[in-house]
Amino acid sequence: MTTVTRPPAVAPPAPAAAPTAGRRRRRLTDSAAAWAFALPVAAYLVLFFAYPLYRNIDLSLRDYTVQSFVQGNAKFIGLHNYATAIHDPVFPEAVWHTLFFTFVSLAFQYSIGLALAIFFNQSFRLSGTLRALLLVPWLLPLIVSASVWAWMLNSESGVINSFLRALGGSNVHWLTGTPWSLISVTIANIWIGIPFNLVLLYSGLQNISEDVYEAAELDGATAWKRFWHVTFPLLRPVSAITLLLGFVYTLKVFDIIWIITRGGPDNTSTTLATWSYQLSFGSLLPKFGPGSAVGNMLILGALVAGVIYIRFEGKAATR
Amino acid sequence: MSAVRRRRATRSRVKTAVGVVITAIMLFPLYWMVNVSLTPNDKLRETSPQLFPFDFTGHGYDQVFHQQGAYLLTSVYIAIGTVVLTLLVSAPAGYAVSKLRLPGRRTLTFLLLIAQMIPSVIIAFGFYAIFLKIDLLNTTWGLIIADSTTSVPFGVLVFAAFMGGISDELLHAAAIDGAGRVRAFLSIVLPVSRNAIVSVSLFAFLWSWSDFLFATTLDSGGDHQPITLGIYRYIGNNTQDWNAILATSVVASLPAAVLLLVAQRYVAAGVTAGAVKD
Repeated sequence: MTTVTRPPAVAPPAPAAAPTAGRRRRRLTDSAAAWAFALPVAAYLVLFFAYPLYRNIDLSLRDYTVQSFVQGNAKFIGLHNYATAIHDPVFPEAVWHTLFFTFVSLAFQYSIGLALAIFFNQSFRLSGTLRALLLVPWLLPLIVSASVWAWMLNSESGVINSFLRALGGSNVHWLTGTPWSLISVTIANIWIGIPFNLVLLYSGLQNISEDVYEAAELDGATAWKRFWHVTFPLLRPVSAITLLLGFVYTLKVFDIIWIITRGGPDNTSTTLATWSYQLSFGSLLPKFGPGSAVGNMLILGALVAGVIYIRFEGKAATR
Repeated sequence: MSAVRRRRATRSRVKTAVGVVITAIMLFPLYWMVNVSLTPNDKLRETSPQLFPFDFTGHGYDQVFHQQGAYLLTSVYIAIGTVVLTLLVSAPAGYAVSKLRLPGRRTLTFLLLIAQMIPSVIIAFGFYAIFLKIDLLNTTWGLIIADSTTSVPFGVLVFAAFMGGISDELLHAAAIDGAGRVRAFLSIVLPVSRNAIVSVSLFAFLWSWSDFLFATTLDSGGDHQPITLGIYRYIGNNTQDWNAILATSVVASLPAAVLLLVAQRYVAAGVTAGAVKD
């Protein structure tokens, strides 16, 4: 099942040919050779994914202080850190902010990305060049984008407030007011995520045959009807993948929020990702245990979306 | 006939104009970054910001070259290290998954997809605890390893997809010539996979260059720190010197801009290849 055209640089692979009788005999040596090539990545996954994950779970189940962190003799306290985190007054706020940040980001990234994809799917001069330029925000280091937004949103000297004033509005305390700080980091994140949506949805549109549109046009369908009854349904698999991946990526966003507001003021823009970092590294008195516990809760959300994604896309993918 | 063509041409021109306007709005923050990086600080603090850098200053860039040079070099070093490590681990794995019928390749692919979804915050905590033990904290090597966790799963998936497209006849011909699997991999598969190598290297470089989370967790006390920490320290220390902060940001954006110019098709390819498999 090909849901999205692979761009020319990565040619679509032909399905592996069924092994012939001759090759079947050599299967055992084949397997050994195959594993020799895959050994580095297997070791890599164990050392640099499984082990850190294990360490993180271990961290969340022990009573770590700075001292016992270095010495490594912290007491096992079961799920106590999880209870501490959940009963912290910041917890419900962080959950709500995470949901707001994730779903509002997704809604805008997707709809703006789709509108742009449809627009750039028409042929006109410069369309390819402009589309490439639109990728830039996605490629920049997040700290760069975040710094620029932080300055643009500055209350006194920011260009956005100056623009609002020119339109007759008044100053908004983007970074220091409630709920503005949360809205500000969401806006910056939407801006960063639009190119990703644009690229995926554009390649999905490229895959829809011209004939379908011609048929719809012959039937007298208006542009809106063509979108609603032809494009949108045919784009559904690509849309689902784009949104699922967007969900997983947005859930773990840390840099943007940390650099623009540090989750503040007073935790009003903190999410599970930034709060977990704040607990472990953000103060002079680190709370490694609760920090890791919050991180592990975050992973659950990502895993649920991940499994849905893999069921959706991976069935035919894993060869 | 000519009337239709003329109307079509007009319509195309209108679309181009609309497209240019949309792009300009979307890229406004980038323009603003360049603008501020050239405007003196006292002008930045005026209530209505200047839309053009009329009072041009080179102060910010001067600061970059005097204070951020070491950070930039460290970033280049770490990014290249990440590219090398990523290629070494992921290219053979891609070959094993796509061409050698690796037993357990479904499981491996599944694990790699999952690995891509693990929030980096969690990996960073784990690495912190481990690096503290084995003395890799605040080293560039530690950061190279941590940064590569973003690109290795992606790399294997891209290589597997690409190498799956290499014709079996080509490899059979090599086998008849007596080339072993290693020879076939080195002298046939790798050269043919040039495009995939470029795509993976490009993203490994960009992601490593952009990394802030691993750097601040694992290298914030190191002698050699990447440019993302350089900018972060700037923001923390001289919040008044936005001219210099954004000049540094412009310089830190250059690799992305250059790579987009010289390797545009690989960029779009990478976005889709990482997300979607057939």
